[in-house]
Amino acid sequence: MEISQPLKPKDYKSDVPPIWCAGCGDYGVLASLTMAFSQNNVKPSDTVLVSGIGCSSRLPYFVTTFGMHTCHGRALPIATGIKLAKPDLRVVVVGGDGDHFSIGGGHLPHAARKNIDLLLIVMDNSIYGLTKGQVSPTSRPGMATTTTPYGSPDVPVNPVAYALVYGASFVAQSFSSNTKLTTDLIGKALNHKGFAFINVISPCPTFNKVDTFEYYKPLLKNIDEIHPDKGDKVKALSLAITMGRNNGEVPIGLFYQEERPTYVEMIQEIKIRNKGTDHPELGRIMDILRP
Amino acid sequence: MVIRVGGEGGEGVISTGDMLAQASARAGLEVLTFRTFPAEIKGGYAMYQLRVSTEKILSQGDTFHVCVVFNGEAYEMNKDLLAPGTVLVYDSPGGDFQPEATEGVIQYPVPMTKISKVDLGSPISKNMVALGAVMQLFSFPVDSLKDLIKAKFKKKGESVVEMNLRALEAGAEYVRSHLKKVDRFYVQPAQPREDRIMLSGNEAIGLGALVAGCRFFSCYPITPATDIANWLSRHLPKVNGVVVQAEDEIASLGQVIGATFAGVKAMTGTSGPGLDLMVELLGFASMAELPLVIADVQRGGPSTGLPTKSEQSDLFLAAKGGHGDFPRIVLAAATIEDCFYLTIEAFNLAERYQIPVILLSDGALASRTEKIKRPDLSKIRIINREAYSGGGEYQRYAVTETGVSPVSIPGQDGGRYIATGLEHSETAAPKYSPDYHEKMTEKRFRKIAALEDESPETECEGDKDGDLGIISWGLTQCAVREAMKECADRGLRVRALYPKLVFPVPVKAIQRFASTVKKVLIPELNYQGQFAELVAVHAGVNAIRFNLYGGLPFTPAQIREKITEVIK
Repeated sequence: MEISQPLKPKDYKSDVPPIWCAGCGDYGVLASLTMAFSQNNVKPSDTVLVSGIGCSSRLPYFVTTFGMHTCHGRALPIATGIKLAKPDLRVVVVGGDGDHFSIGGGHLPHAARKNIDLLLIVMDNSIYGLTKGQVSPTSRPGMATTTTPYGSPDVPVNPVAYALVYGASFVAQSFSSNTKLTTDLIGKALNHKGFAFINVISPCPTFNKVDTFEYYKPLLKNIDEIHPDKGDKVKALSLAITMGRNNGEVPIGLFYQEERPTYVEMIQEIKIRNKGTDHPELGRIMDILRP
Repeated sequence: MVIRVGGEGGEGVISTGDMLAQASARAGLEVLTFRTFPAEIKGGYAMYQLRVSTEKILSQGDTFHVCVVFNGEAYEMNKDLLAPGTVLVYDSPGGDFQPEATEGVIQYPVPMTKISKVDLGSPISKNMVALGAVMQLFSFPVDSLKDLIKAKFKKKGESVVEMNLRALEAGAEYVRSHLKKVDRFYVQPAQPREDRIMLSGNEAIGLGALVAGCRFFSCYPITPATDIANWLSRHLPKVNGVVVQAEDEIASLGQVIGATFAGVKAMTGTSGPGLDLMVELLGFASMAELPLVIADVQRGGPSTGLPTKSEQSDLFLAAKGGHGDFPRIVLAAATIEDCFYLTIEAFNLAERYQIPVILLSDGALASRTEKIKRPDLSKIRIINREAYSGGGEYQRYAVTETGVSPVSIPGQDGGRYIATGLEHSETAAPKYSPDYHEKMTEKRFRKIAALEDESPETECEGDKDGDLGIISWGLTQCAVREAMKECADRGLRVRALYPKLVFPVPVKAIQRFASTVKKVLIPELNYQGQFAELVAVHAGVNAIRFNLYGGLPFTPAQIREKITEVIK
């Protein structure tokens, strides 16, 4: 997967220009991703970017890796299939909060607990942007949107807490304009063995007038100062749960990391135990079916 | 001879039937089984029917000749089917019921419960006592049965083997010393042959997938399809393949889509409710032109319906389900051989046309076990997708004459593209202009426009210029084949067409067939006449419909009677 001539970040950008609004948080994630690819010598042809549906899910078109732009919510199972079928490929899933915490919310727990060796980057803008401003699973309570004109009655999802509880072995949070931190976290995640999750708060300047850059900037807090032991899951969870939308601090950085066997490793072990071969004598398997 | 064993689920009915079938097959006989399960794990009526013969068997038959009942409920379920000349073997004295004396029905009471409980002190051996009695009464091969018992219980220890053999012998001994055989049924001896295998429909689908080169299978447990996953879970790792149990059927098909995009042949197995959930991704696979196979083992619907029964009612869903216009291929298996060979064909078609292929089976075929000729693997042709060979600017969706465009796989330099569900250009960039949506829709459908011409000819049998032509699909073909034999013997002029490709409808074969007969009949296991409707719409042939929808397959007699009625 390593290549000798390092590519520059711009070499990872395709000739398709992003369709995002001016000031969209997703630009920062795209910049961080290509920077991290460059820094980690990622070979584009050995890498697949998988997405679902939403503004952020357009990202694969803008990058020179292989890609899949699939159905709403289904990026994770599809990415899982790629990784398990061809473990040598590097698989990165990108998408939004709607994709991964609402319509596809049933897939995240399983990719995480199975420790599928891939990276999921969620661009969390707390709004449905592509459909022009409906309430999202991470929208704050009472938020007025086109489908909740009198205020949202929902309690929002806590992405970081969810990922921790589901069993993700790498859990981080970043902010889209902090490309240095995001690049650094993506790099760490690319080198992590197992399921890595990064929630990148990516404001939508067009449809979400509440969760803005200005709102978040003073609240962001480098997590390393308060949480140095990345193996302490209880502390990580406590920080995730208390992270405040009510003008409280929002920690960004690495919350949690553990090393445990990946699904691919366990499958490899099963193959070895069964003397798996690429050149099987199928007749011998058929012999089992003799009466 | 057809022998039926009935009793409470969990009482050993299925294993008794299985042992009889296995032993007969080992001894060289042809066997075909048919079973119904309760939807519950324990309790409820379970039935296992075995047809055994020295010649190839076409269907489960019309009814049974011998009925072995373990309890009163099983007797009640079957007593109306006890015709003169049939045999009833039942648990008495000491059982929970006394059968009525029916004119012409031969009754053999065997105290199964008493022998197992009192004489042997092993109540769970009741089914072995019954097995021994049946073995003695109808000359089932003793040595094969004993070998099977030894093999089956070896892991549980010598004493368990010993107890089961004693129970078997006790049942046989009771028959020898207490009963006089007055019926005419017995199993004829045959020569064992090396070139036979015995398997269920679901196992045959698994084996077919393995041989076709499938190396990734993702599933979500669902009756009656789960056995495909169970079988492949044991065997795929031996060929470096992977089986994953996903979180739901949407995820199963999603994983299959990822695997095939990565260049690995992939499949999922499900039943109607699962296929419902997969439909959105089915459209994606067709749009992104990804080869894959879905085995749909149909059960009674809608909703939860009849989970353990049989129906041919997913055809509309398989052929037409999904939003927008997109091509897919639907095949239907009628026999165990079909389950094997059509699974391979499904992969070949999927790869050749870069398209999703749905293979329809059903609940009865899923659990039917049958002895078949061992497939000659050297004669099986495997097709792989047309690969992008590099050079020039890669156009994943290049518009070609056949509609098929060479495909790259991740890892291939110069082959980069985005597999997308959006309408797209030749290079897979999003493109929504009217001319592109038209051009690309036409490209996708063009791939299978000549499918019928490129497929093997649809099989046909019977009289040219028949008074009646029968078109059947799936399992119903078995009953039709047997009915056709009987019709020929009785001088009726009937013709039959047996499509394996059910969608796109093989229009030419059906129109040709229809032009040679006076009337057309389509029997199928659904209420709406789903295939008859597709045939009417696509081939312009209006058939007489014959629909059963009770959850049980057609018997040859039902088809025969309908033929007689229609011809009259």
